[in-house]
Amino acid sequence: MSSPPPPPPPAAGAASAAISASEKVDGFTRKSVRKAQRQKRSQGSSQFRSQGSQAELQPLPQLKDATSNEQQELFCQKLQQCCVLFDFMDSVSDLKSKEIKRATLNELVEYVSTNRGVIVESAYSDIVKMISANIFRILPPSDNPDFDPEEDEPTLEASWPHIQLVYDFFLRFLESPDFQPSIAKRYIDQKFVQQLLELFDSEDPRERDFLKTVLHRIYGKFLGLRAFIRKQINNIFLRFIYETEHFNGVAELLEILGSIINGFALPLKAEHKQFLMKVLIPMHTAKGLALFHAQLAYCVVQFLEKDTTLTEPVIRGLLKFWPKTCSQKEVMFLGEIEEILDVIEPTQFKKIEEPLFKQISKCVSSSHFQVAERALYFWNNEYILSLIEENIDKILPIMFASLYKISKEHWNQTIVALVYNVLKTLMEMNGKLFDDLTSSYKAERQREKKKELEREELWKKLEELKLKKALEKQNSAYNMHSLLSSTSAE
Amino acid sequence: MAGAAGPGSGPGSAGRDADDSLYPIAVLIDELRNEDVQLRLNSIKKLSTIALALGVERTRMELLPFLTDTIYDEDEVLLALAEQLGDFTGLVGGPDFAHCLLPPLESLATVEETVVRDKAVESLRQISQEHTPVALEAHFVPLVKRLASGDWFTSRTSACGLFSVCYPRASNVVKAEIRQHFRSLCSDDTPMVRRAAASKLGEFAKVLELDSVKIEIVPLFINLASDEQDSVRLLAVEACVSIAQLLSQDDLEVLVMPTLRHAAEDKSWRVRYMVADKFSELQKAVGPKITLNDLIPAFQNLLKDCEAEVRAAAVHKVKELCENLPIEGRETIIMNRILPYIKELVSDTNQHVKIALASVIMGLCTILGKENTIEHLLPLFLAQLKDECPEVRLNIISNLDCVNEVIGIRQLSQSLLPAIVELAEDAKWRVRLAIIEYMPLLAGQLGMEFFDEKLNSLCMAWLVDHVYAIREAATNNLMKLVQKFGTEWAQTTIVPKVLVMANDPNYLHRMTTLFCINALSEACGQEITAKQMLPIVLKMAGDQVANVRFNVAKSLQKIGPLLDTDALQGKVKPVLQKLGQDEDMDVKYFAQEAISVVAQRLRKLDFPVKDSEEHRAPGPDKNHFLRPGMLGEDTGKFLSLMSRQHKETERLAWLLRGQ
Repeated sequence: MSSPPPPPPPAAGAASAAISASEKVDGFTRKSVRKAQRQKRSQGSSQFRSQGSQAELQPLPQLKDATSNEQQELFCQKLQQCCVLFDFMDSVSDLKSKEIKRATLNELVEYVSTNRGVIVESAYSDIVKMISANIFRILPPSDNPDFDPEEDEPTLEASWPHIQLVYDFFLRFLESPDFQPSIAKRYIDQKFVQQLLELFDSEDPRERDFLKTVLHRIYGKFLGLRAFIRKQINNIFLRFIYETEHFNGVAELLEILGSIINGFALPLKAEHKQFLMKVLIPMHTAKGLALFHAQLAYCVVQFLEKDTTLTEPVIRGLLKFWPKTCSQKEVMFLGEIEEILDVIEPTQFKKIEEPLFKQISKCVSSSHFQVAERALYFWNNEYILSLIEENIDKILPIMFASLYKISKEHWNQTIVALVYNVLKTLMEMNGKLFDDLTSSYKAERQREKKKELEREELWKKLEELKLKKALEKQNSAYNMHSLLSSTSAE
Repeated sequence: MAGAAGPGSGPGSAGRDADDSLYPIAVLIDELRNEDVQLRLNSIKKLSTIALALGVERTRMELLPFLTDTIYDEDEVLLALAEQLGDFTGLVGGPDFAHCLLPPLESLATVEETVVRDKAVESLRQISQEHTPVALEAHFVPLVKRLASGDWFTSRTSACGLFSVCYPRASNVVKAEIRQHFRSLCSDDTPMVRRAAASKLGEFAKVLELDSVKIEIVPLFINLASDEQDSVRLLAVEACVSIAQLLSQDDLEVLVMPTLRHAAEDKSWRVRYMVADKFSELQKAVGPKITLNDLIPAFQNLLKDCEAEVRAAAVHKVKELCENLPIEGRETIIMNRILPYIKELVSDTNQHVKIALASVIMGLCTILGKENTIEHLLPLFLAQLKDECPEVRLNIISNLDCVNEVIGIRQLSQSLLPAIVELAEDAKWRVRLAIIEYMPLLAGQLGMEFFDEKLNSLCMAWLVDHVYAIREAATNNLMKLVQKFGTEWAQTTIVPKVLVMANDPNYLHRMTTLFCINALSEACGQEITAKQMLPIVLKMAGDQVANVRFNVAKSLQKIGPLLDTDALQGKVKPVLQKLGQDEDMDVKYFAQEAISVVAQRLRKLDFPVKDSEEHRAPGPDKNHFLRPGMLGEDTGKFLSLMSRQHKETERLAWLLRGQ
């Protein structure tokens, strides 16, 4: 019985040996140690499916040696030649052809960037075809299902030696002074952009970096695609937030958005505001926030600089999604709040000071010292300090209890010292109020305790009532039952 | 958004003069509005209590409008609310008023957070069943329509899950409308909505009339299966199973198969993975004829897919696929069309594929029979027993019983042994743990002689493993072996070796002796326990490590029931009393605990109870509740309970005296 030959080996094979070797040490190897063993892998794309071996590439003459009449023809031939794909997971196959393609791609890059007038209308189709054939592919499954982008080395794209040159060529093409969007839009259409966006999920940071620049150029040059691109990014983000929690290119897409938002015309369209409130703010809930928080905060602040009336909903949104258990994220949130406060208008500040400072007062008394410290640093910010001073009669009563408490109780001396400074600053702002609060502090605590007792009492009564009702029900059912049985006995 | 709740709604219109005015709604609402999220959450979780306190009318008139109006809260609170409302029908006055619950749930079905939305949809589905057909059309269907044509994708996504519950009971006109709404959601602009629609397509198809399935569902299916996003296409594969079950063979061939064939060769591995993952369901749904013509070739392709994920998913289905083939001709099909591919996979480059294969391949023995197993499968098993990946070997060993039934295990024993030995010493303790768990099974199949000769030393070696979990498992393993091979075997091969360890310089090994005694005493019986084990345990009471000493106390408590009065009174009690004075707090605690159990046992020996009641003797661990200090509080409770049972009264008497 003959059976077909096994398919070309996909990624993991080599990795398995590395893991079992690393775990010769028994017990619980540290995650980082274990993971260190798995680095430096590369993956092929999912496109080499039972493809028969292909004909070897034949070198074509150099473009610079051709006469100007022949050049255009040769250029297209070379583009077509570069549409042939090679399997880079197999490092020994087609070596000669791979080298020919590499050299050709290099030549093409140089050709479009140094010559003028070579990007003629007839070449667009071949150019886009070559680019699509090379970069558009289904990304393979991740080797490491619990890939932690902060700790693990990413899996690199195996065919990078070729793909890099293709991206380079693509960029030169887009940036060439001869490039005409009006012709290119026949080829670079919605479907093309859609596929390009899917590539942002690539694990290879080098590829995502190229994609970022490419997409940015396309957004800049193709006015007709702008709304579409924004909508698709929107969908990717929503899927990321609410469905998969996994997408490698979030930071890159946010970076592009940062510059897009910067260019929004005023007044902002409803669509853009919706994007802010329904996508960017919920995005703060994502598990991997650390990977893209800087870019995300930048986008949010850009919005607020455009339209200050958005401040209130944004801050309320952040407060709604405030991290409950992850201190690392809490520190990031505090950082973002400070960035927002840096650009806030005093009238907007008044609108959110109460809920905001209630949260800050909780952060200040966090038992995680980094959270407490980050919140106390607000008092080092001149502008924030001036806002607090203006509204001291509102803010001091909110902050007082927790500051007073931690000045006596916090385990970390740095925090206690910082709190003393803050208390001193606040006292200088309004000494009388400060004294009043100090003297009523105890009474206030007792009132709270009493309220707490009352609440317990209330619920206890409710439970009793519930039991009573249940009992009544049971009794009536019982009565009914005995009534019935007595009737039947008769 | 939501319309008004019910007729005559409006807070405060009723109930002011009700009997329960003890709890004005304001107080309760105050609780639901508390600044502290945790308190709000607690209140919402007790929403049924609040509703009960208010009574059905005020719940309808006041509580529900409040909930509908104030839905802007943390997702966690909303989730609890969505869940509560699903069971609220009784609290608003029964099915006649079930529609009052729709407005708040409608709002919840439109929020962003998926978890909340899903829960709201679940509750809505639950409540829909409580509606009368008239109420369904008057209240529920309009809600579904509103959701289906909502602005933001969330409400449209939620709508997808509600069509199938209201369709069967709707009138024909309304049915047509519902289908129309579903159709438009299947081609929605937002991929999230298309995904939701695709995932509900199968469920919806099942409640439709057959004609509608053919005319309307099939085109939707074909569209979704060729969607530009693979996340939508793969959901269509799932729907394919339900749709295929509804159609005749001829219709299947024309309407569904072209799409399914295409899906099995989709350019995205995720879609191919889904086909592989749903293969058994698909096979059952399309029937034997199409399976032979279409699915088997597709399966062959999946088994040699370029992505390991897909291959592994397909391999997992090998056994089920083979089992479900029609008995007639099954052997030939497997031998000619499946087995050649399996042979290749034994040496696959990816270990996950090999692990998956090893977990199902043994199942083929019973299907293929003795001769084929020996000729074709056995060489594969042997190769896998030598695989470099321990999980592969382990999976083979853990499924040995299948082979045993067909050809007996002896055929394998020559290769088995080295594999077992190697796994027994594997560097990963989880692998060692797994192989230990198969020891009793192997022992049963290989027989005592073979076991003593080859495996016994392994079992003893695990007792001194440096991972506690392994030592613990090894102890349990010994107990199971003794149960299998009998006490005589225990006395000659196991017990002496265990007892020697009591003198080991490593205190962990000394403790292992005690753990073994705990596990073995019952299986070994009174004689061995009293004569061989007890002296060793007693001797260890003088150990210099406190951990050993308190384990002595625990062991004495454990083996107490196997000892007679003399031993307990004369040997055990003095030792325990001495330990009870130990300087270490834990030793003291466990010694005292043991003393109370032993004392109880002694009392029982003095006043023997009938054998039939013996098994009801309180177990030693119950004594946790009888520690001094708790006695006073519990006495009253005990008294009432115990007057009924003679034996229990006895215990109480002892307790009181002990005090």
